[in-house]
Amino acid sequence: MAGITLRDLTKIYDNNFEAVKSINLEIEDGEFMVLVGPSGCGKTTTLRMIAGLEDISGGELYIGGELMNKVDPRDRNIAMVFQNYALYPYMSVYDNMAFGLKLQKFDKKEIKRRIDEAAKILDISEQLDKKPKALSGGQRQRVALGRAIVRHPQVFLMDEPLSNLDAKLRVQMRAELIKLHEDLQTTFVYVTHDQTEAMTMGSRICVMDLGQIKQVATPEEIYSKPDNLFVAGFIGSPQMNFYKGTLSEEMGAYHLEGENEEYDAFRFSIDISDQESVAPYLNKEIIFGIRPEHLMFTDGEGLRAKIFVIELLGSEVNVHIRVQGDIHTVTTDAGTHFKAGDAVTVVPKPGRIHLFDPETENAIRY
Amino acid sequence: MNRLKTSTLFKIVMILYLFIILFPFIWVAITSFRPESEIWGSNALDLSEANFTLENYRLVFQTPILNSLKNSLIISGITTIYVTLVASLGAYAIARLDFKFKKLLTVIVLAVSMFPQMIVIGPIYRMFVQLGWTNSYYISLPYSNITLPVATFILITHFAQIPKEMEESATMDGSSKINTFFKIVLPLAAPGIFTAAIIVFIGAWNEFLLSLTLNTNEAWRTATVNISFLRGQFEIFWGQVTAATVIVTIPTLIIVILFQRQIVSGLTSGALKE
Ligand SMILES: Nc1ncnc2c1ncn2[C@@H]1O[C@H](COP(=O)(O)OP(=O)(O)O)[C@@H](O)[C@H]1O
Ligand SMILES: [Mg+2]
Repeated sequence: MAGITLRDLTKIYDNNFEAVKSINLEIEDGEFMVLVGPSGCGKTTTLRMIAGLEDISGGELYIGGELMNKVDPRDRNIAMVFQNYALYPYMSVYDNMAFGLKLQKFDKKEIKRRIDEAAKILDISEQLDKKPKALSGGQRQRVALGRAIVRHPQVFLMDEPLSNLDAKLRVQMRAELIKLHEDLQTTFVYVTHDQTEAMTMGSRICVMDLGQIKQVATPEEIYSKPDNLFVAGFIGSPQMNFYKGTLSEEMGAYHLEGENEEYDAFRFSIDISDQESVAPYLNKEIIFGIRPEHLMFTDGEGLRAKIFVIELLGSEVNVHIRVQGDIHTVTTDAGTHFKAGDAVTVVPKPGRIHLFDPETENAIRY
Repeated sequence: MNRLKTSTLFKIVMILYLFIILFPFIWVAITSFRPESEIWGSNALDLSEANFTLENYRLVFQTPILNSLKNSLIISGITTIYVTLVASLGAYAIARLDFKFKKLLTVIVLAVSMFPQMIVIGPIYRMFVQLGWTNSYYISLPYSNITLPVATFILITHFAQIPKEMEESATMDGSSKINTFFKIVLPLAAPGIFTAAIIVFIGAWNEFLLSLTLNTNEAWRTATVNISFLRGQFEIFWGQVTAATVIVTIPTLIIVILFQRQIVSGLTSGALKE
């Protein structure tokens, strides 16, 4: 087992494209770290540099405290699960799992013991004699995991391992992977573009965009205290609603005001505890964000808007409204009596507004 | 309805095409069982009057055909083995490894196959005489100039089709490059290797010019050359020529029939997501 340190890690591909831009990340021993971000943001590249499948263009990579930049992938004691499983088609499941162990010259008994153990964990004991092509997608996924588990590596790397499974199986495998991590207590580095997967699985999440790290934190923190506009928008579903407005102060009371098309300008009050931090933004344009579940309907003053469409999700309802030329979402309990075309008024729940610097797009803590 | 029509039309065209292609061979086979006197003349095309006989075969076996078949088999076998091996390594390097002048190298490999045989045969002959390699199995070496480029190109496409993850996965499992090549890549490329090997074998088996020039001693003649010697001073023994042709064709026919399945079968199915 080992922690991983990325220091100013950079990847410049042969075509001079800088896919990973000097990132710094500390992954602790035994942690379940999820790298998440939109497609093309450099997650796979980062993972492959950790694996040693891709040369490091700049910076340093440490695994278990040792510099790994020039260490052959074979000598890193890392297992990797590929998105397309990459099972050897002409070998049985057993031989697929034994391949790495045989190379390490384990004796037959030990190989069998480890494979039986892994097969039991993954519930594929019945499949050991079959060829990969006789297996279902979920079973192949398990074999790919099994091939990694039997080696008892110090780090597991996984690149979107669930993306080829159907929705139901994916949810099930998610839970199984969390359980597996609990059982093994080994460092997991898990890549996904799916923020739900990241939120449910990671002990910490590293959000990436355009080759850079935007925030590293626990799921709770990422959700409640996003560092910047990108993380705020990327994490959470439905997406956070963003508004343009101005922050003003009147006798110690702070307000956010914004234009609202055909309706009167709206005005939310906001509690500010750190007056210094917001001082530079007073009476200037500012961006603020409110999550759909933190908006509520009111009969009093607030933001007036017309309902665009209503989306029933069973226990919840997503009410989509038109605000400042965008579609915003309000998530509320089932049983609302609204219908499309109705005009409604919404206000944020207290303390649930996120402020962002319109220039740097960084969050303003208040 | 439309599909049915096209497929019927397609079948008719294919059968006609097959017939046109196979007819010469079928005629050679038929001719080989007819007496020399019936092969030419007005009755040659009338099979109802034919007196089938094994005489041609009896006569052919009195010539050194068996020895020439043995030579062909050994020379083609050696050629197939080493050319396939060299082509595999070369094609893998071109398909997978990064190195300077890769494109240029690929073009040179292709260019080699474009030199006309008649141009290279002279220098090769001189070389062989000086090395004392005439009338020997060393003839397998220059055979590579016909077969190696083709085999390499067949294999490049096959290696390029193998998912990179398969090899990377092996690397992560602790496998060295060369071990990965033999344990993972070659089995996955087996259909391509069979195809390449068979094409090399057939190419070597049918080779004529090099064999005629370099292995002049009767004891070292290959089968194709041996056929060309089935003639008297003033005539060609067509009956024996056709019988020998049938005999020489049989090994290639057997190989293709035996390995047809391996050539066609998709060994990679089930390896990846579908
Ligand atoms: N071999 C390569 N050569 C050049 N550019 C590449 C190569 N591999 C990936 N890229 C580029 O690097 C960026 C990051 O790719 P990747 O790490 O695969 O993203 P992700 O896994 O986050 O979707 C993408 O813009 C991609 O096009
Ligand atoms: Mg990726």
